[in-house]
Amino acid sequence: MSLPHDPADKIAEYAHPERLVSVPWLQEHLGQPGLVVLESDEDVLLYETGHIPGAQKLDWHLDLNDPLTRDYVDGERFAEVMQARGVTRESTVVIYGDKSNWWAAYALWVLTLFGHPDVRLLDGGRAAWLAAGGEMTTEVPQVESTGYPVVTRDDTGVRAFREDVLEHLGKPLVDVRSPGEFSGELLHMPDYPQEGAMRGGHIPGAASVPWARAAAEDGTFRPRAELEAIYQQEQGLRPDDEVVAYCRIGERSSHTWFVLTHLLGFDSVRNYDGSWTEWGNSVRVPVER
Amino acid sequence: MTSQTTDLPAAMAELVEDFTAVGEADRLQLLLELSKELPDLPSRYADRTAEMERVHECQSPLFLAVEVERESEGEPAVRLFFDAPPEAPTTRGFAGILHESLDGLSPAQVLAVPDDAPYRFGLAAAVSPLRMRGMVAMLSRIKRHVAADHPGPPR
Repeated sequence: MSLPHDPADKIAEYAHPERLVSVPWLQEHLGQPGLVVLESDEDVLLYETGHIPGAQKLDWHLDLNDPLTRDYVDGERFAEVMQARGVTRESTVVIYGDKSNWWAAYALWVLTLFGHPDVRLLDGGRAAWLAAGGEMTTEVPQVESTGYPVVTRDDTGVRAFREDVLEHLGKPLVDVRSPGEFSGELLHMPDYPQEGAMRGGHIPGAASVPWARAAAEDGTFRPRAELEAIYQQEQGLRPDDEVVAYCRIGERSSHTWFVLTHLLGFDSVRNYDGSWTEWGNSVRVPVER
Repeated sequence: MTSQTTDLPAAMAELVEDFTAVGEADRLQLLLELSKELPDLPSRYADRTAEMERVHECQSPLFLAVEVERESEGEPAVRLFFDAPPEAPTTRGFAGILHESLDGLSPAQVLAVPDDAPYRFGLAAAVSPLRMRGMVAMLSRIKRHVAADHPGPPR
């Protein structure tokens, strides 16, 4: 059973208003049958400090990544993760998180790999809920395990691998990292040389559009007209273009993937989750500075 | 689960034993408690948090100051001062572990802490190995500050 869409004017203007809900909508529908709220943060302890009542934690490292191979979990593990949170295939799942929903968007993108039908983001994430004076609790809800089917992950539609990007060269690429990473000046985060890359720069032909440009000061998405001005008028991207977005490990680019796909209605956007930590370490792939 | 503690300073060894005596969920709660117990910055640093060493945009900002107190008698003592925002409880928890473990030790004792000490707390599975790098980086930053202040014998 799906919950109704958020009829707010700002949301109704987006290409897929069924993918986003506002804080007032969530306040109104919290606790209704069929709704499961998940918090997905960069900080693994933030949920424990307090969360939206009834929300459960979904951690991108521990729950969505395979512990051994650099890949996402398989259908069986995904079903376990969903079942433990009381999610069924029919549930309306609303995800929110810290950092303007980076990790929430990343989690939503992973749910998309498994074709979960109704998954939405909370516009503005955790910060917007708090700013609106929304209630928080440290109580972890007890949920009954549900039957979530084992669904085979489908990487073909929204995920790009290195080989796909090599074939894609010449078509639109969006690099959502900071200007210093794009220019190649920053090879890694200070003090994190082991998360860095052997080469700095960007994938040839990529446009630099830092992910945060899509977010307003308060972490909510900019209205559709402002997003069109950035991605369509300024960058010249068209909704029927094939686009690949990337960052360092694929989380910031999930945010941009969400913007292009669900807010602007682009037909074919893929997230290259290998991103610069793969490309910048790969032998003989072309790099531009 | 057992972790090696014989090469650690006493306070750190004790914390390692606390963490490894409990299951993963309780380990997160311990880390959360340490994040809450992290002492506030003394007033002399209050207006300097703008200088927080902001690690590049993927990571939470962390303020770290290291002082070496030299009394007329006895060993000098390392004093550690940390600050991180409340929305970064893991960073605060890592800082709490290092504060509890190292504050008040001599420079030589701090420099002798093994670089892999952060992995002794059994946290890698609870927070993910990738996130443990935050604590490794913090320890190496502390040791770098101490070494700069206290060159010691050439290495």
